[in-house]
Amino acid sequence: MAVEVKLPTLLRVHADGASSVTAEGVTVGEVFAALTDRHPGLAGNLVDGDGKLHKFVNVYRNDDDIRYLDSLDTKVADGDIISVIPAVAGG
Amino acid sequence: MPFVEPTLRLSLAQYRGIVAHCYDGLPHEACGLIAGPVDASGEPNGDVGFIYPCTNADESARTYTVDSRDLLRSMRDAESRGEELVGVWHSHTHTDAYPSDTDVRQAMEPHWVYVIVSLKHAEPVMRAYRVRDGRIEEVAVDVAGL
Repeated sequence: MAVEVKLPTLLRVHADGASSVTAEGVTVGEVFAALTDRHPGLAGNLVDGDGKLHKFVNVYRNDDDIRYLDSLDTKVADGDIISVIPAVAGG
Repeated sequence: MPFVEPTLRLSLAQYRGIVAHCYDGLPHEACGLIAGPVDASGEPNGDVGFIYPCTNADESARTYTVDSRDLLRSMRDAESRGEELVGVWHSHTHTDAYPSDTDVRQAMEPHWVYVIVSLKHAEPVMRAYRVRDGRIEEVAVDVAGL
């Protein structure tokens, strides 16, 4: 499935400045793996060392937070938009 | 410490909305997002167009995380108004209105203004900051009519 991945300002530097990239995969995890193959600088920013979604990043398939779906195993369809938005947090 | 740009300009209603939301959140930290106009390079001009009270997903008196669904909804609404998210507020229930180490470490947006409302004293104290490369710089807060 070919999907559009929207990157936040913070991560665009790792994708040659692109705010939006296209990638293929059956699940969000596969899409991210394909992206990271193409742009190695993204490694570690989307998926952590244990293969889980990075704690400080929110990922949405269209309007749904994938943490409420199947996380990185969430299936994607052609034309889906995956939005990556850094968590807003502090103390 | 001199103030840096931009001065954050809020209406009295926006100021009261932010402070009320902070008190409503007790005993936990409250948080919300701020939208406003930005220039071509993404720099806010300091005007607050809209405030979005959000849920603190941490439900904690020590930390906050803006609920991810509130974040997406606020971002989309700001964009539909021709604005962008330009900042976040959160409350400090028992400490001063100054960024904590956690605040500095987790400040991801160099263009944003980070507003902190301290509920430590009898009257609320609101201060605002830019946090860039671990550096804290205060911005002036101008509330119309206050």
